Amino acid sequence: MEVFTSQISILEMSYILASVLFVLGLKKLSHPATARNGNLWAAGGMVLAIVFTILFHKKDGAHIGNIPWILAALLIGTVIGWMAAKKVKMTAMPQMVSLFNGMGGACAALISLMEFPHIPEALIVRHGMLNGETFTILMGLMIGSVSFSGSMIAFGKLDDKIGDVKTKLMRYFNLAFLVLLVAMVVYIMLMQGKPDMIWIYLFTALALIYGITFVLPIGGADMPVVISLLNSFTGVAAAFGGFLYNNQAMLTGGILVGSSGTILTILMCKAMNRSLLNVIIGAFGGSAVGAADDGDKTVKEISLSDAAVLLSYSQKVLIVPGYGLAVAQAQHLCHELDDLLTSKGVEVKYGIHPVAGRMPGHMNVLLAEADVPYEKLTEMEDANNEMNNTDVVIVVGANDVVNPAAEDDPASPIYGMPVIKAWEAKNVIVMKRSMAKGYAAIENNLFYHVKNRMLFGDAKSSMQKLIAEIKNL
Amino acid sequence: MEEVLRFFYDNRELIFIIILSIFLGIEVISHVPAVLHTPLMSGANAIHGVVIIGAIIVMGHADNILAMVLGFIAVVLGTLNVVGGFVVTDRMLEMFKKKKTKN
Repeated sequence: MEVFTSQISILEMSYILASVLFVLGLKKLSHPATARNGNLWAAGGMVLAIVFTILFHKKDGAHIGNIPWILAALLIGTVIGWMAAKKVKMTAMPQMVSLFNGMGGACAALISLMEFPHIPEALIVRHGMLNGETFTILMGLMIGSVSFSGSMIAFGKLDDKIGDVKTKLMRYFNLAFLVLLVAMVVYIMLMQGKPDMIWIYLFTALALIYGITFVLPIGGADMPVVISLLNSFTGVAAAFGGFLYNNQAMLTGGILVGSSGTILTILMCKAMNRSLLNVIIGAFGGSAVGAADDGDKTVKEISLSDAAVLLSYSQKVLIVPGYGLAVAQAQHLCHELDDLLTSKGVEVKYGIHPVAGRMPGHMNVLLAEADVPYEKLTEMEDANNEMNNTDVVIVVGANDVVNPAAEDDPASPIYGMPVIKAWEAKNVIVMKRSMAKGYAAIENNLFYHVKNRMLFGDAKSSMQKLIAEIKNL
Repeated sequence: MEEVLRFFYDNRELIFIIILSIFLGIEVISHVPAVLHTPLMSGANAIHGVVIIGAIIVMGHADNILAMVLGFIAVVLGTLNVVGGFVVTDRMLEMFKKKKTKN
């Protein structure tokens, strides 16, 4: 414990203020009207905590040294982080969040790695390695490392650089790794003297590998949930750091994210009507599917001119966007089509499934970017209530969120997931590149539905041609 | 057993803070609409960047080259988490605000 000085007191006050700002920031972030302010408040708390730490922090009577280097590191991080965050496309947001999360995890792991040699000798003489400090460091190291490597894999998956690895073997492999990690914590803590650093490096390497094998078998469609989970992991790692340094700002910030992140993860799972365990073990897979295979299924195509006529003479049109819209960057064209039809007296609405895209709210962000008015976006329940009166549903790059199997095929892995019931409308047009399966890799019987016709092609070019066709009518 | 009890006693205040913060974290976000899941996650992601304080402390008391280098990397990574996290969140929320003004 440091003795009282006015500087220490000011530092602690700044930490209290920072913690309050974190809490208020999170609170505001969960309401649409105040969300942006909430983010700024939390950022303010962070700046406060950082500045006062550099100015007033003392360890064993010594101030923070190496200040020029610290400032240089802060500057580099700020410039790179700022530019990366500003330049990233809206469609690549999920990857970016995952990447930044990984950085935080790595930071926590590095701290633990550097603090390990500094465990006080007096402590070891009295208790051996069985002490709180060792435990805190090992936990911070393990969770931080898992979060780092896991986030990198999640980043790679969302960026389509890494495919899914679906084998049951991974499950046992993962379990074995986890047991091994826990065993190593116990082993190190039961040592009498400080172990050679090689043990710690080995432990770190194992934790890094575990992070990789933990995320690798989980389906790409579930990455948002995984990122949210890893996010709360990093929070916990930060909190262990706070424990280590007796630092309240780190502690409250870390725990807040740890607990709210866990709740958020569960909420996301609930939106998909699945349990967290189900997501982690990865029930989504091509193998267990195909129970309701009818054999002769035919797909009807629609020509551009037919589609144009159908749409122009409809009263109510519902556009259901999915990740394909984001990939094709077709949100602006989507808005153009919407304007064109509206000018012809057609009522155009968007049906937004809560987990359409690769992050909850992904479609809202994307359509907002294209200046689609807020009131045109309807939530799933409202869209479904109106479905009987809807003339045409246009599905743009969405698949699993309009899959009837969720309603009528108990054998399907997505059975029970709430979906947009496009097939209840009078007509359905699915814009899709090919007959390939969606992210969950399961067959979609909507494509073979009597009411449905396919418009094959990239969402952007199909949309362009369709707009031109309607203009020519 | 005595060690565990002693550890608890020595750190009772921190443990208090942890327990209460867990409840606070749950309470604060329990009514968030699905639309805000992504920005909220991203904002929370930036907040755990508070781990950078630890990195600054380590680097501020580094006494050898290895610690300096690792500390430097840690501070850069932590800053990336903080700055990138808040800026990305702000960009996402900017779009929501545009919608609001049209309402």
